[in-house]
Amino acid sequence: MNSIASRFASTSASAAISRDEEENQVAASMWGSTGGFGNLGQVGIPSFEIPRVPDPTNFLRMHTDDRNDPSCRIKIQHGTTTLAFRFQGGIIVAVDSRATAGSYIASGTVKKVIEINKYLLGTMAGGAADCQYWETYLGIQCRLHELRNRERISVAAASKYLSNLVYGYKGMGLSMGTMIAGWDKTGPALFYVDSDGQRLKGDLFSVGSGSTFAYGVLDAGYRWDLSEEEAQELGRRAIYAAGHRDAFSGNTVNLYHVKEDGWKFIGNYDVTTLHYEGPGNVPGAVPGGYGYDVRTEGLHSRGAATVA
Amino acid sequence: MSIMSYNGGSVVAMVGKNCVAIASDLRLGSQALTVATDFQKIFPVTDRIFLGLPGLATDVLTLKERFRFRVNMYTIKEEREIEPETFAHLVSSTLYERRFGPYFVEPVIAGLGKDNKPFIAATDLIGCLTLPKDFAVSGTASDKMFGVAEGLWEPDLEPEDLFETISQTLMNAVDRDAYSGWGAIVHVITPDKVITRTLKSRMD
Repeated sequence: MNSIASRFASTSASAAISRDEEENQVAASMWGSTGGFGNLGQVGIPSFEIPRVPDPTNFLRMHTDDRNDPSCRIKIQHGTTTLAFRFQGGIIVAVDSRATAGSYIASGTVKKVIEINKYLLGTMAGGAADCQYWETYLGIQCRLHELRNRERISVAAASKYLSNLVYGYKGMGLSMGTMIAGWDKTGPALFYVDSDGQRLKGDLFSVGSGSTFAYGVLDAGYRWDLSEEEAQELGRRAIYAAGHRDAFSGNTVNLYHVKEDGWKFIGNYDVTTLHYEGPGNVPGAVPGGYGYDVRTEGLHSRGAATVA
Repeated sequence: MSIMSYNGGSVVAMVGKNCVAIASDLRLGSQALTVATDFQKIFPVTDRIFLGLPGLATDVLTLKERFRFRVNMYTIKEEREIEPETFAHLVSSTLYERRFGPYFVEPVIAGLGKDNKPFIAATDLIGCLTLPKDFAVSGTASDKMFGVAEGLWEPDLEPEDLFETISQTLMNAVDRDAYSGWGAIVHVITPDKVITRTLKSRMD
């Protein structure tokens, strides 16, 4: 791993090294889960062309950081709301589906849950391409782990693999805020991994520009002993709240449930339909729309009868 | 961070046959946070003139009162209602007064003049008047509204068809803009009445 870090930290124009050399230099520490046996097979991470400039790290930051320079060349998708929480019946994963480029809503049908394999889900926040590529790549490595060890990879190991991987690119402009959720022999497990290299184990996470709104609903309704229907409804409502209040989240909700026999896709719900009509005839849901104005129709100070 | 898009919001006006329409969204935001979904940006000036003020909300509220004052003074001095053309020039000169410290709004004016002649106008934040003969757009979704309006608008629309055209233009444009939406309101000004309707629109 140090070989990768030193390669990117280099300030000389001759930063590129040959592929063979690199494969030999991939250290066992890349393999968080295999206790140092990871280099049994010929493994290496994909190699990328590095900009031929004196300081590639700074060059990339210059062209990808649209927070400091809105006119930069490479714009990365920022607005998002994603959440996942562990409870008695497994893990709920819920996300929105909006992609924005500045104030322009570029898409309302983005798949922000990445199905890594039958037992593992990853969520997408930050750079869409970064999350999609590296979580798919993680899926490949998880399958190789299975073949090598005749055992499914643990969620802890998979998430550590990803966090070690992205840490190798620190400072190169990768942008990911992801949750890895799955079921292994320890039961349901949930990790937060981001491109700064942070990796946290926990029961409840929300990531993205709308995360504060989702946390508001989540914290108010979360209990460990939630029933499966109640938990799904909580996830749906939390993403709705973020879609309603956050300008950069919305359009639709994608809901997943991770159980012992793998993940299950529960449904896709339009945020505006949820606002006016609710999720429809779904177990665990109270009939009627989620919207404040809809729930409290006729009970407003505005609409209240005034005493003459 | 642009001051013009700090609160978000959009306004569009369109010309029809012996009628005009003006419509806006209802969002008031603080950057990404949606604070209110019932914020009016269109204000009646006379029975036959409406003024839309998208832009910085504090200036929207200041200016609607300023224009109310100036129109009242005009009505008292002249002993008649102001004409849309005259009002457009009043808006323009009021904004240019603040040439070096402007109000951050881009007004849209819609009204019926003498002989029920349709009139629409728009200005930039320091009062440069434009007098389109088809439609005027302003606000954070203005570029998107230009696109939709170019495709939907046609000359000599009757009030009900104009209502449909302006509603579709606003709603479809606003659904592609992160800073506008969360409800909409439409006014169609005809020679004998003003039709005002709120639209059920996307709430995200």
